[in-house]
Order: sequence, then structure tokens, then C-alpha cells
Amino acid sequence: MAEYNFETEGVKKTITFLNRKAPYGTIYALEVLESVLISAAFEQHANIVFVDDGVFQIKKGQDTADLEMKNFLPTYGIIEMEKEDADEDEDMDMNWRIIVEKESMEARGLTPDDFKVTVEVLSSAELADVLATSDAVIGG
Amino acid sequence: MKFGILVNEGPFTHQASDSAYQFVKAAIEKGHEVPRVFFYYDGVYNANKLSAPQADDRNVVKRWSDLAIEKDVDLVVCVAAGLRRGIVEDNLMDGFRISGLGQLTEAAMGTDRLVMFGD
Repeated sequence: MAEYNFETEGVKKTITFLNRKAPYGTIYALEVLESVLISAAFEQHANIVFVDDGVFQIKKGQDTADLEMKNFLPTYGIIEMEKEDADEDEDMDMNWRIIVEKESMEARGLTPDDFKVTVEVLSSAELADVLATSDAVIGG
Repeated sequence: MKFGILVNEGPFTHQASDSAYQFVKAAIEKGHEVPRVFFYYDGVYNANKLSAPQADDRNVVKRWSDLAIEKDVDLVVCVAAGLRRGIVEDNLMDGFRISGLGQLTEAAMGTDRLVMFGD
């Protein structure tokens, strides 16, 4: 089929990337991460959200050697750098938030200090508002 | 309304692809536009032309292909997700094309709603 050409010039939307799964049991975490990184090129607003077992994706000190799987924890540092670059660059209209759901975090005995990146901790109700005000949700 | 669709699962194991197909068909019949369906994660297997279900079952891959050709829907398979699962030009069904993840971001930016079908 012929490629459809979207009108994206000047479009600014808020895209939420919803991470629900633990990092290595399925491929969702890695492939959501890849979609976040690509989206940076489009300079859209983004919420990178971790809920349920998804909160384990950014837990410090992961060692995947025995799993024989690639440890992609360092890549979340790139997301944090993208966010910081956008925050510091006044010419760039791109607001990124890295959000962990409070209830998911606490149910798993984790605190913000356990995470590799600096996060905003929001309650389930506050997160519902974030989702409701997003233009699109991409997740795995 | 203009819809973008994201399909996260392959055919048969999950209902996600069936639901997405029925949604797209119904939306078009109601006069909505569905310019693009993006296949990601195991969703890339929906483009495998070697899929050969039994004759008394629905043919998920062919059904998508027929819809794309009849209704001019842009079916895009993620290149990175496809490569790691062996979905390449050699076994790509008619009506699908392989491209990058930017095509998903574009669909999120250029439609009124992005609807995700997954597990």
C-alpha cells in the first residue's frame, strides 16, 4: 500500500508511554524503551510511566549475566538525559516526565532511592489525570 | 474521526489482532478514517505471508491484507521488531510495508485517537 503522509508540521502532542511489565520476563519493556527513544526526535511532550511490575524496569543494580539477556538498564539513563536537555534548553518546547505509580512502588517494597533515574511519584488518582490528559498512550 | 491503530500481539495466541481488525472495519464502515495500522512487538507476525491456518478458521494475515488493499489502509510493520523475529521483505504479505518506529509516533501525532490493541 502507498505510504500515508500525516500532517505533523507544528503538531505538539503529549504521548504517554505506559510500562506495565517486569524487564526481562517479556520483551515489552525493551521495545517500549525503543519507541520512547525514537519519539525524542519528534520533540513531543512525553510521560514515561512505570506501573505494576513495570516499576522493576528502573530498579538499580540489575545483573542479567545469568539470564544471558542484554541489560538495558543503562538506556533509561539516556531518557533522563533527554529530559534534562529538554528542561535546560529554553528554545526546545518539549516536556518529559518520568513517573512511578506510588501504590505499585510501595506494594513492591521500593522507594525512589531504589531507581536508577530520578522519578516523580504519583498516586493512582494523580496518574489517572495524567492518562486522561494525554493525547495518546503507547504501551506494552 | 481519524484513528491510528497499534497492534501489540501476533495472530491466534491473542485476540488483540482480531479485535483491531474488527474495530478498523467497523470504523471505516461508519465513515471514519483509519489511515494507518502499526504492528509492533509480536504484532509483526500479522504480516507473515507463510501463515497457513486451517481452512475452516479465519485467515488473520490475509484478512488484514485484503482490508489494506480494498480500503487503502497503510499497514506498517516495525523494522526492528520484525528483524529480531524474522519478518522481512522475503516473507512480507501483500498490503504491508516495513518501516521505522517513527511511523508510530507520526500516527500518534497525526490522528484524533490512537487505539492500542494488546494483551
